Amino acid sequence: MKVLVAVKRVVDYNVNVRVKSDQTGVETTNVKMSMNPFDEIAVEEGLRLKESGAADELIAVSIGSGQSQETIRTALAMGADRGILVETDVAVEPLGVAKLLKAIVGKESPDLVILGKQAIDDDSNQTGQMLSAMLDWSQGTFVSKLVFEDGKARATREVDCGLETVLLEMPTVLTVDLRLNEPRYASLPNIMKAKKKPIDTMTPDDLSVDVTPRLNILKVVQPPTRSTGVMLDSVTDLVHRLKNEAKVI
Amino acid sequence: MSVLLFAEHDNTELKSATLNVVTAAATLGEVTILVAGSGCSAVAEAASKITSVTKVLLADAEIYAHGLAENVAPLLVGLSKDFDYLVAPASTTGKNLMPRVAALLDVAQISDITAIESGDTFVRPIYAGNAMATVQSSDPIKVITVRTTAFEAVAPEGASAVIEEISGTADAGKSSFLGEDLTVSERPELTSAKIVISGGRGMQSGENFPMLEQIAEKLGAAVGASRAAVDAGFVPNDYQVGQTGKVVAPELYIAVGISGAIQHLAGMKDSKVIVAINKDEEAPIFQIADYGLCMDLFDAVPQLSAELDK
Repeated sequence: MKVLVAVKRVVDYNVNVRVKSDQTGVETTNVKMSMNPFDEIAVEEGLRLKESGAADELIAVSIGSGQSQETIRTALAMGADRGILVETDVAVEPLGVAKLLKAIVGKESPDLVILGKQAIDDDSNQTGQMLSAMLDWSQGTFVSKLVFEDGKARATREVDCGLETVLLEMPTVLTVDLRLNEPRYASLPNIMKAKKKPIDTMTPDDLSVDVTPRLNILKVVQPPTRSTGVMLDSVTDLVHRLKNEAKVI
Repeated sequence: MSVLLFAEHDNTELKSATLNVVTAAATLGEVTILVAGSGCSAVAEAASKITSVTKVLLADAEIYAHGLAENVAPLLVGLSKDFDYLVAPASTTGKNLMPRVAALLDVAQISDITAIESGDTFVRPIYAGNAMATVQSSDPIKVITVRTTAFEAVAPEGASAVIEEISGTADAGKSSFLGEDLTVSERPELTSAKIVISGGRGMQSGENFPMLEQIAEKLGAAVGASRAAVDAGFVPNDYQVGQTGKVVAPELYIAVGISGAIQHLAGMKDSKVIVAINKDEEAPIFQIADYGLCMDLFDAVPQLSAELDK
C-alpha cells in the first residue's frame, strides 16, 4: 500500500497569535512555525502502517511557500520516504489544496491519503472531505482508531455524541483526530538522514490547478476581550455572587 | 433568496442545534429544511413546525440512516440548483458533510460562521478564536456551516410548513455503518446546556468526575472536560470542550482543575459567566474568569455541593 500524507506549516500551537494592526491577518513574521499538530498524527499513522508492513511507501506533501520544505523535512525526519512541495505564495484555500492533492494523487496513485482533521490556523476542517469528493473515494473523518481488514478500512470516528465505526472501501481519504496515536519525535540521526531524502518541487501551474481564492478576506480583527474578574476567598462567597450578582443559578 | 438547511437528527428526534441554524438561515432567505434519514417522518413533522420554516423536504431511505457523507452529499448536490445557500450546523455531522458537498459543486465552504454581515459576507473565528475573519464569498452558491452557540434558537413551534417527500439517490457503495458507542447521559446536551461544569487534568482520575456530576445534577448542568482530561482517559471524547472539540457558550461555565490553554479557552470563552477553580494562582484560566477561586478542587467542590443544598 502506498500512503500519501498532507502536512501544513502553521503558527506553532503555543504561540499567542496577534492580529496585524492593518487588519489584513495575523502576525507571522518572527513567529515560531511548526507542522500542524493533527498532521503529525497523520504522519505517525502512516509510519505505523509502514512498520506493520501494511504500507510500503509514505510520501509527505505540503503546499505553501518555499519554507514549507521545513515541514516536509520534519515528516521525513519522522520517517516518511520522500516529499513533494507544491510551491506557491498564494494563501491557498481548502478547495485549492484539495485540487492540488487530487492532481498529485493522479500522478502517484496512492491507496490511502491521510490528513489532519483541521489546520489550527484557519480552523476550516474541509480539505480531506473535499479531496475525497473530488476523487469519488470513501471518507473517514475525525478518526481515532484504524484497522485494515479484508482490503477495507475500519475506522472509528469521534462524533458529537460519542464514537461511530464505519467500514470504508479502498482507496480512501482519512482525516485524523487527537486520540489516534501519539506522534514520535524525530531522532538526531533521522534528522540528518532526512536531509538526504528527495523532495520534488512543483507549482500549481505545473499541475494545471487554478488556486485563485474564492473568499476575499475583508478584515481580520481581535475578538472582544473579557474584562478581568474578581478573585474570591470562599465557596460561600462564590455561591452568593452567582445567585445575587450574576443571577445565573 | 432561498436557503436549504440540513437538519441534524437521529431519525427520531430533531437536534436542538437545528433551531439555532434556522435563525442564521432566516436572515439569508426563505428556509427549506432537508430531513434525510431512514424512518424519520417524525423528524420532518417536528421540522415543519419550526418558526420561519416554509417547506420541509423529506428523503426517507435506508442509505441515509446514518448520514454517511458519501450518500448524503449527492442528495444535496441534486437539490442545490434551487437554492442560493446550503447550510448546516458546524457539528461533526455538518463538518463531515458540507465540505464534500462544496467540492462537488466546485465552491468554497465557509466554516463555523458566527455572524452574517450581508448576503455574501460572513464572520468566522480563526486561530482558535484568537482572531475573527470577515470573509466575502464570490461563489454562486454558498455552502456554510454555522456555529450554533453564536445564534439564538428560534421557537420550535409556530409554523406549519408543507412536507414534500423526495426521491433519494443511489447508494454510493463506498462506505457502510458498523456501529456506534454513544455516551448515555441524563444530563442536558453539552452544546445547548445553560450551565456547564468541566473538569481538567486537576481532576486526577475519571473516578473523581462523579463529584462534578453531582454538582451538575443540582444545577441542571452538563459536564464537560478539557483535552487533557480526555487524553488521560478520565472521560469520553465527546466531553471535550475546545478548539477541536465542542464549542459551548452557556450562561454559566465552571472550570474545575483546568489551567486554561488557549485551545480550551477557544471552546468556552463566549460563556456569559465564567468561574474558575484552580489551586494554581498563575493558571491562565483566571485571566478570563469572572469569579476565581484559588483553592484545591478537592476542598472546593464538596463545599460547593454542600452550599448548593442550603
